[in-house]
Amino acid sequence: MKNNIKYLAVLALGLFACEPEFDNPIDESGTYTSGSADFSTFVAVGNSLTAGFMDGTVFRSGQQNSFPNIMAQQFEFAGGGTFTQPSYDDDVNDAGGFLLGGVPLPGFDTRLVIDASQGRPENLNVAPTMEVSNLQATAYNNMGVPGAKSFHLGAPGYGNIANLAIGAANPYYVRHATAPNATVIGDAVSLNPTFFTLWIGNNDILSYATSGGVGVDQTGNPNVLSYGFNDITDPGVFAFTYQGLVDALTANGAKGIVATLPDVTSIPYFTTVPYNPIPMDAATAAFVNSGYAAYNGGLQFAAGNGLITAEEAAQRTISFSAGQNAVVIVDEDLTDLTGFGIPSYRQATIEDLLVLPSSGIIGEEVNNDPTQINGVSVPLADNWVLTATEIQAVRDARTAYNNAIVSIATANDLAVVDTAVLLEELVSGLRTSDGQIYTNNYFDGSSDALSTAVFSLDGVHPNARGYAIIADQFIQVINEKYGANVPRVTAGYYPGVTVVPSN
Amino acid sequence: MKKLLLVLTIAFSASVMYAGGYRVGVQGHKQLAMGHTGVAVVTSAESAFFNPAGLVYLDGELNVSLGAAVVMSNTIYQNREFGYSSEADNPIGTPFYAYGSYKINDWLSAGLAVYTPYGSRVEWPSDWEGSHLVNEIELSAIFVQPTIAIKLSDKLSIGGGPIYVTGAVNFNRNLSRSLTDEAGNRSNVTIDASGINAWGYSIGAMFRPTEDINLGFNYRSKINMDVERGDGTADFENIPGALAGSFPDGDFTSSLPLPAELTFGASFKPSEKWLVAFDYTRTFWDAYKSLDVQFFNAAGLSRNPRNYKNSSIYKIGAQYEATQKVIVRAGFYYDESPIRDGFFAPETPRPDSVNFTAGFSYNLNSKWAIDASVLYVHSNEVNNSYDSFVEAGERLSFGGDYKSNALVAGIGVSYKL
Repeated sequence: MKNNIKYLAVLALGLFACEPEFDNPIDESGTYTSGSADFSTFVAVGNSLTAGFMDGTVFRSGQQNSFPNIMAQQFEFAGGGTFTQPSYDDDVNDAGGFLLGGVPLPGFDTRLVIDASQGRPENLNVAPTMEVSNLQATAYNNMGVPGAKSFHLGAPGYGNIANLAIGAANPYYVRHATAPNATVIGDAVSLNPTFFTLWIGNNDILSYATSGGVGVDQTGNPNVLSYGFNDITDPGVFAFTYQGLVDALTANGAKGIVATLPDVTSIPYFTTVPYNPIPMDAATAAFVNSGYAAYNGGLQFAAGNGLITAEEAAQRTISFSAGQNAVVIVDEDLTDLTGFGIPSYRQATIEDLLVLPSSGIIGEEVNNDPTQINGVSVPLADNWVLTATEIQAVRDARTAYNNAIVSIATANDLAVVDTAVLLEELVSGLRTSDGQIYTNNYFDGSSDALSTAVFSLDGVHPNARGYAIIADQFIQVINEKYGANVPRVTAGYYPGVTVVPSN
Repeated sequence: MKKLLLVLTIAFSASVMYAGGYRVGVQGHKQLAMGHTGVAVVTSAESAFFNPAGLVYLDGELNVSLGAAVVMSNTIYQNREFGYSSEADNPIGTPFYAYGSYKINDWLSAGLAVYTPYGSRVEWPSDWEGSHLVNEIELSAIFVQPTIAIKLSDKLSIGGGPIYVTGAVNFNRNLSRSLTDEAGNRSNVTIDASGINAWGYSIGAMFRPTEDINLGFNYRSKINMDVERGDGTADFENIPGALAGSFPDGDFTSSLPLPAELTFGASFKPSEKWLVAFDYTRTFWDAYKSLDVQFFNAAGLSRNPRNYKNSSIYKIGAQYEATQKVIVRAGFYYDESPIRDGFFAPETPRPDSVNFTAGFSYNLNSKWAIDASVLYVHSNEVNNSYDSFVEAGERLSFGGDYKSNALVAGIGVSYKL
């Protein structure tokens, strides 16, 4: 009897020790590989998209979901090393936003959240805590600098706090530049990367677009010192700069992946507000039309005298009717008739893109005067609308930049992510392998959008979920180009919009 | 911007509770050691479960069997495409049984059976990749079955009785794949109910054509465990402030079928010291079409298709009287999974299994015996998925490789007067 129990105990122990084990466990070495790439020192160079910028800023928890940080977590399966990012430990309220000398820095507000009580996005109503003058003086693996244009990455002094006042420095880079005259690319290269991502150039056209085209298309002008903030960078400058960045990153033989620039006019910042958002009944339309009678008459006068074509006169004629109506805009590309007292007005068409912030002013009274309505009796200024002509300038520049990116990448045998195609897929609906479908829609307040929105509330940048989709795209291309096997990313696990009850 | 419509339903689907796979076959150490055969075996009061008709053929006036076991189960998960790996750290389960049978006269016996044929304890790491389907689950049900057996002749008997079930469930999962509160804690719900009562029945017949051959049949009815309003609680945790008003704690209703089981089998004695038994069990899992949980807040109705299929268990076992005091037993059974491809949810991660059993009885004296058994459940690695989780109107797939095993070890006593 005693013996029997002993044997039973031995048998039980033997079986108990026999925990299940997979035939091919994925934690076995060799499951995931880097192929011909080497992820041991991975450096990401770029702008806000690389920094993990979302909801209008970089904040502590949002930065954790920057696309290179997500990639680095997957690289750990295949020989990836530590991936550092600029410190946001001082973002006490997890809100983003900067102070300079203890005073909130204009233009660097806290992150956007949905205020459920108002049903709209607002800056999170807490105090920013990050002081720009607390210099970290450290080169990080994530060298994404929000707001940087291509030529900023090699510009000495872009991280010099003394240059902030004259607009020649960037507070994001000021916080971690290794020296006042350091460059972003110099700090990146100082880490001796074995692998890099380079995604730059978006801001070379984006600020022109988001400003409604108020800047200047500088194509043909190589003097970047003469550029304004909202200008389009000369494609020649872009190509030259890009070549220099790639040369620096590949100098020690590093492999990498670069990304093309998506069509910015497909982002929610431009696609959310329709060109014809004004509902009207017949009586109101007649009343508004009477207000434009003099203007319309002036157009006929100008056409009759050969100042403008009949076609332009028709294009510019303002006419409201019952139903949805297009907004009236100022278009500086129209023939200038101001000398005759005829302003440059027309109604928007489906070819024009109204910027996201215009939703806050269209239909609002000006100076509490019920006859002065934005977009109706008061035409929208140039900065609220990206006209078809301006869109073409953006597209032309983008095409030139992308040609440079692809040809330089090809010459250096680098992988290329075509983010233009990615954004096009989002426009029509991108289906991930788990079965979910993601679009480029702005958060619409529905519970479905809590799970599926991939753009953040600034309408320009992805949210964490969107960055996960980007990281997954990069990984797919890396796997193909370098014969690597890096595990993919499920976007559905990443957070979307933040909704607060009140703000 | 449109008016917010935040308080629609959070896509709340998938998962729960019950134990497709978690039929726990530990209803007597003598019979478990013989591959859980027993519908045509008459050795002890364990027949009250395996075939009530057998009670009337027992030796002795009073037969009692008591026992308990520990169930140690492990499940591992991995997904090669995404690099996920996880391991369910399942708490130890403790099924038990208590059977008694009293011979009223030569043709009538009465008995009482208390046993726990269903149960499940699966505990995945909180917020693991499948947490929108299940974080953890604990399901238990105690069956109480008064039984009578009638000898129609020396060769034929029938038996049966009503079954009273009292059950409990505790189940936690995350509300969606990404929803968190403001601090980043995943929003989740726990449903908890105990004292859920239901009725069913068991009937059996036994035919003994010769001294050495026994044929048996047993049918246990389907039992629906209905959670009514007020029976349990639904506790919503880590809901973001903007949604908290839409997800108050409350109660829920649900229904889980414990499926009917039909078993027939034979046993025979090739020699004085040997007994060999074969059982075939058909479990009517097709009753388990969907697990629907109705909440009474914005979570609404959670529909979780299961679409189980009927499945079979093939069992064989033998016992050998080694000495006057020691009887040794061994057995094997093959247990088909009722889960269809695409419905493999991680709260019941049970594929087809091969099961090895062994055990012994030690007769302390003519009245008392000690019974012990072990069961090792082995499943091959499977690659499967659950494809019916709905998020924002789309059906999503969650899958990967699963492998599980379990070890059951138990001890009990038998008394015969």
